[in-house]
Amino acid sequence: MTSPKPAPPAVPPYADTSVRESVLRRIRNRPTTRGAAILLGVLVLLAVLAPVIAPQNPHDLASLSVMDNRLAPGSEGMNGMTYWLGTDAQGRDMLSAILYGLRTSLLVGLSSTAGALAIGIAAGLIAAQFGGAVDAAIMRVVDFMLGFPSILIALVLLASIGRGVDKVIIAIILVQWAQYARLMRAAALVERRKEYIEAAINFGLPTRHIMLAHLLPNSIGSVLVVSTISIAGAITLEATLSFLGVGVPVTQPSLGLLIANGFEFLLSGEYWISVFPGIALVLLIMSLNLVGDRLRRSFNVRGP
Amino acid sequence: MIAYVLQRLIQSILVLLAVSIVVFLAVYGIGDPIELLVPPQVSAAERAAMIRRLGLDLPVVQQYLMFLGNALKGDLGRSFVHGVPAVELILARLPATFELVLLAMSVAAAVGVPLGLLAGLNPESRSSRAIMAGTVLGFSLPSFWKGMMLVLLFSVALGWLPTAGRGETVSVLGIQTSLLTLDGLKHLILPALNLAIPNMALMIRLVAAGTSEAMSQDYVKYARAKGVRRKRIVGRHVLRNILVPVVTVAGMEFGSLVAFSTITETVFAWPGMGKLLIDSIYQLDRPVVVAYVLLATFLFVAVNFLVDILYAALDPRVKLIGEMA
Repeated sequence: MTSPKPAPPAVPPYADTSVRESVLRRIRNRPTTRGAAILLGVLVLLAVLAPVIAPQNPHDLASLSVMDNRLAPGSEGMNGMTYWLGTDAQGRDMLSAILYGLRTSLLVGLSSTAGALAIGIAAGLIAAQFGGAVDAAIMRVVDFMLGFPSILIALVLLASIGRGVDKVIIAIILVQWAQYARLMRAAALVERRKEYIEAAINFGLPTRHIMLAHLLPNSIGSVLVVSTISIAGAITLEATLSFLGVGVPVTQPSLGLLIANGFEFLLSGEYWISVFPGIALVLLIMSLNLVGDRLRRSFNVRGP
Repeated sequence: MIAYVLQRLIQSILVLLAVSIVVFLAVYGIGDPIELLVPPQVSAAERAAMIRRLGLDLPVVQQYLMFLGNALKGDLGRSFVHGVPAVELILARLPATFELVLLAMSVAAAVGVPLGLLAGLNPESRSSRAIMAGTVLGFSLPSFWKGMMLVLLFSVALGWLPTAGRGETVSVLGIQTSLLTLDGLKHLILPALNLAIPNMALMIRLVAAGTSEAMSQDYVKYARAKGVRRKRIVGRHVLRNILVPVVTVAGMEFGSLVAFSTITETVFAWPGMGKLLIDSIYQLDRPVVVAYVLLATFLFVAVNFLVDILYAALDPRVKLIGEMA
């Protein structure tokens, strides 16, 4: 450890390119990925700005007029407003409903992924650090969770606790944390065998410090990369649960619930009530998948 | 081999016990079990009698043992809505779901294996790239959305196929099936296709990866050097070697197909187990939900057990005892 190190080269290769820049370059260099990244940015921006740009507040029943129900795209309502994407059975402007639905879908997708990441990373880190019985116990629970289809676990859980945005988030966290725990444990186990960790242990650093200051930052990368695609998975799961009627409440419809509401009218040819929210959902999921897949490949991480 | 079978059997039983404890705690532990198990419209005297009869005044451990004992006897409670034993209700819907799942698996294999071979043999060609891009769509688009688009295209726009229900059924050995009538088959096509799509994508990926790996192996090079025709190499050497993992995955996906049939059955109003689960959730028919979870778990565990045993029997390289993934 004390032997003199060779002097570092004056200009180390790629020292001027940060990780962030190299990631951005990888995304920019692929036309498909670039398109997907731009689309994703636009969708997120639309969701964030929904209260500002939406022509109507779809949650405010006073501003809706039932007389305008199920109007075709482009028709003009009683109040002279043009409904570019048509209206639903309550006379709600579909464009506004989609913008707000996008907001709910993204909110659920992001917060459930964040929650699942936090639990999964903590569980994986603890399993890798302490090994033995702790590791065995955590991994048995992980295997158990991963052994069942996520849709079934979430469905049954929501059946017993009822619907609601917070409850959907809890259900998705519960089905998704296990995959992160498994990835985190694998990455941390590889990292723990490296010399600097050994040095830190021999140095007498407290275990907590080694876990949080060395192990965590050096093994978290692959988990974060995979989480991009998992956001798409969380959004799909939320949409499916809402479609089945156990997801978000009718007062705060996500894209999945909007699609479900329009399903009965699909058969009578009033396609816009569910097709337009569906297109928004598909664009969101595909752009997240394309960007996430490119990130995964650039960092050479194997998926869950 | 016997030791391995025993080890897997004990593991499977432990998983089932764990699920039964979780379900028991979810139903009996969280919230008031009386409210979940006793229909709200009964009188106070009936209520007290039911509490005693259901043993809800006993300690928790004793209650669990009773629950387990009843479950082993096949008694998972009575449906509030239909007034018949929950297990009976679910088993009556089993054939509809099974014929859907079996047809979906066959469609996935019939389409997935050839397309996967095609994509694996010429990975750089345009059609292969299109196939692989298609698998991404197959995996990532929500199942209910694909189902609705199938309805929109084939039923609403083209008017070729019916949108809902099971159609005409015939009784074979006492089991109603739609597979043997024209009307039934017409009703089956769209739901089965919808259920098959993600599995089809999985098959394509598996077969393509397996094919391109097998094509670079020494035995293929040797066969080629010997002058064996390409068709024969693919059929005899490549296909044989990739079939073991394909069969395994197909078997393991059986459980998730049953779970995903919940969505497909809802979209197409297919009267199977999944539709029953969703309906029971709406109607707060808890005994049916509990029975579904326990039966579905039993099914998953049993199928996984059989697949593992078959896999071990088929492939001598599988490590039989010791650490398991």
